Amino acid sequence: MSKPLSFQSMILALQSYWGAQGCVILQPYDLEVGAGTFHPATTLRSLGPDHWNACYVQPSRRPSDGRYGENPNRLQHYYQFQVILKPSPPDLIGLYLGSLDAIGIDRARHDIRFVEDDWESPTLGAWGLGWEVWCDGMEVSQFTYFQQVAGHDCAPVAGELTYGLERLAMYIQGVESIYDLAYNDAGVSYGDVFLKNEQQFSAYNFEAANTERLFQHFKDVSEECRALAARGLPLPAYDQAIKASHLFNLLNARGVISVAERQAYIGRVRDLVKAVADVWVEQVK
Amino acid sequence: MKFLLEIQSEEIPARMQAAAAEQLKTRFVDALKAAGLAHGAVTADATPRRLWLIADDVAAASEGSAEEVKGPAATAPAQAIDGFLKKTGLTRDQLEERETPKGIVLFAVMLREGRTAADILAEAVPQIVTGFAWPKSMRWGAASESTAALRWVRPLTGIVALLDDAVVPCSVHGLPSGRETRGHRVHAPDPISITSAASYADQLRAAHVLISSAERQQIIATRAAELAVAAGLALIPDQGLVAENAGLTEWPVPLLGRFDPDFLSVPREVIVLTMRTNQKYFALSDAAGALAPAFICVANLEATDGGAAIVNGNQRVLSARLSDARFFWEQDLAAVKANGLEGFLPKLSDIVFHEKLGTLADKVERVAALARWLCESGAVPADPGQAARAARLAKADLVSATVGEFPEVQGLIGRYLALAIGEDAAVADAIRDHYKPAGQGDDVPTAPVSVAVALADKLDTLVGFFAVANLPPTGSKDPFALRRAAIGALQLLASIKTGFRWLAVLGFSADLYRGQSMTAEQEAVVLDFMTDRFKVLWKDHSGRPDLVDAVRAVGVVDDFTLLTARVKALQAFVETEDGANLLAGYKRAANILKASEKDPPPAPPVGGKGEGSEAALADALDSALPQAQAAVADERFTDAMAALAALRGPVDGFFEAVMVNDPDPAIRARRLALLARFRDAVHGVADFSRIEG
Repeated sequence: MSKPLSFQSMILALQSYWGAQGCVILQPYDLEVGAGTFHPATTLRSLGPDHWNACYVQPSRRPSDGRYGENPNRLQHYYQFQVILKPSPPDLIGLYLGSLDAIGIDRARHDIRFVEDDWESPTLGAWGLGWEVWCDGMEVSQFTYFQQVAGHDCAPVAGELTYGLERLAMYIQGVESIYDLAYNDAGVSYGDVFLKNEQQFSAYNFEAANTERLFQHFKDVSEECRALAARGLPLPAYDQAIKASHLFNLLNARGVISVAERQAYIGRVRDLVKAVADVWVEQVK
Repeated sequence: MKFLLEIQSEEIPARMQAAAAEQLKTRFVDALKAAGLAHGAVTADATPRRLWLIADDVAAASEGSAEEVKGPAATAPAQAIDGFLKKTGLTRDQLEERETPKGIVLFAVMLREGRTAADILAEAVPQIVTGFAWPKSMRWGAASESTAALRWVRPLTGIVALLDDAVVPCSVHGLPSGRETRGHRVHAPDPISITSAASYADQLRAAHVLISSAERQQIIATRAAELAVAAGLALIPDQGLVAENAGLTEWPVPLLGRFDPDFLSVPREVIVLTMRTNQKYFALSDAAGALAPAFICVANLEATDGGAAIVNGNQRVLSARLSDARFFWEQDLAAVKANGLEGFLPKLSDIVFHEKLGTLADKVERVAALARWLCESGAVPADPGQAARAARLAKADLVSATVGEFPEVQGLIGRYLALAIGEDAAVADAIRDHYKPAGQGDDVPTAPVSVAVALADKLDTLVGFFAVANLPPTGSKDPFALRRAAIGALQLLASIKTGFRWLAVLGFSADLYRGQSMTAEQEAVVLDFMTDRFKVLWKDHSGRPDLVDAVRAVGVVDDFTLLTARVKALQAFVETEDGANLLAGYKRAANILKASEKDPPPAPPVGGKGEGSEAALADALDSALPQAQAAVADERFTDAMAALAALRGPVDGFFEAVMVNDPDPAIRARRLALLARFRDAVHGVADFSRIEG
């Protein structure tokens, strides 16, 4: 087998593969989000009748998952590669398997399996059916046919693929720690690029973030979101909803949101997303 | 003729496949029955990527039939006749006129010609597919622009419908049937054309797809066991896992992998759980029965390197998971070594048990007090201090890192942690067992400390939801699993065989909720609920729930050990010949008495006992009644039944020789009074009117 792809080469290979399938290759969204699904190119574009095919890398932040750079498998900031195809094309599984070939996974030697995993995002008011994709027992992708987003039926339905890039790269490169990943072929490791970020952001997420201000920000962006939605500007309004979601995640990591309050906060974010999506759907129908 | 239907789709969830195959078969058989098409054996099964059905000996055509529908009279108004013509789709001159006693009536005789099997199947297939009910279904692709699009469990990708070697042409939402299918994704990626229904299984086998789930299961079970033996180990059998893996593979290839023996410091249950639930691996044991540092995974292909890369990959995944598990476990061990299990308790104040019933910390305090009380009152023969301690620590592991990650091992982890810091074994066992029994069929703890804590936990839940939160189960909704808690409590009571007065403990338990008290009405509701559950248990135990009703009708029993003794004694009695006859006599007496209520004797009863059989019954009652009453009062139910048994002969004799409805109303009244005495004597023991048979 040839030399395994570096982290960045793997991303380039995926972009090039999906670009060749007709996807718009987008760049990451410039706001903090918890997952690639939050990108308006997925959340909002999955609603409405227009056809839409896109792929992009999305840095994703999950403040509670920070481990100060000490856990070889967990990060508070990591990358997802996201593909959204609307309507879902025939034989999407075949296309997906082709992408695995493109990053050097030999399917005659590796066991690829589609294991039931129905996706649901309480924050986005969204759900879909699909699988987690296993390669030799390891989950390497999420594969979902969106049925509803923000409480609206998806018509047509989009197919969404999410690759966990670090995990996939660890698998391809055969390393035991994220920080040991070859970022490029010139000797730069993932740790060289990101270890300090993990250390400092873990301290921020768990210890330093000023919770009083975060609560105030949450209020502010919620109001801004509603005001913008009311003015018929769903895209800017959605940015505010994304911010609310990330602020909630930060507050949650700081441990200042009780179990009982948690559901209420998730409900508030969902209501914001819903308010935005209602306007969006009205405009694109 | 042989018929094949194959419905291809993207990967069907393993857990849904068996039921889907069953449904396919039922729908097919129903459709052919409705169409009058005869057929032989029908087999239906599934792989991850297809549902299939083969029907043998399908008739070439359905039999023709004639259906007659009676219409209005020939002289009926035109409107009525038009309506009938519309309904039948015939014209006036096609109707037959027939003489009937009511005059000339119109009849529609509709001949249905036999239809060919191909016609019938072409109509049945789309109906079967569109009518199919999945637990969860979805839309996909361009068609999903309409919400009326076909729904399937995952995208439906093709339909093969062959009658022998001919395609049965039909179409489902625009998707035409054909003979093309797909083999194994890796071993046979190109489309396959199925020659005939008879060659389907072999053609797919050649394409590395085993269409029989039973065969796949058998390969998995057999090969996994062989691999284990070859490694000097034994497979820990797990039929659920066999079935699940068979539902994830079309060409199953079990492979043996290993993990670092150092991980065996993690509790066995955690290792097995993560292997089974997260990875769908089989666990193995060594000759001594201990968990072996190895596993068997089931791949879906014959890899070009013999599976080396697959084993390697799976080993790495498991190793990462076990590293996580060990990290959590070691963190918990360090925590309890520093602060004991008590160190976890403050965090229980952050977990709401129920908004109206406080936090888990509140619950723990109540359960500890209740467990102590159960022991001090003598209900459970355990040391009160030990029971209270076990109760206080029972939920501590809920905030441990390991249980946070693996919720299924709650209790088990608490026990391991307790043992690791030298807690008493009885306390440790009670921590593990206090959730039990978690349903019928689960083990029922018998160790006294475990019983005390398990019972206290369930009592507290029942009293809390019934009396404090006022949230009893309604209809089929039982969100707090109170039925299960009640059944669990009853099973625990059965195991300790000590008199336990339910009403006495209810008030104490309620008082623990910040001095709440229960009204008599609430107590009665809980007791009734418990007795209903007791009836369910007894029904499963002996099939005679009626006997529970017969006993409970006599008076409130709040001691289920006592209730059990009564029901048992009653059951033993009614199953004897004496008992069965007495029951028959009782029913006869009760019927006569009931009939007499509508027609009461106009005269008061004459005095005396009468003669012969009548007098004999009166005498027998004089002697049996006090005996039965005394026995019931002393809770000697077998003796009470024996006293009733003595009435059998006199009752039989009475009904043989005596006419109750004597023409003399005074004598009739005396005899009715005698029967009423007999009935009341029986009722002192049990309400025989509720006994079936």
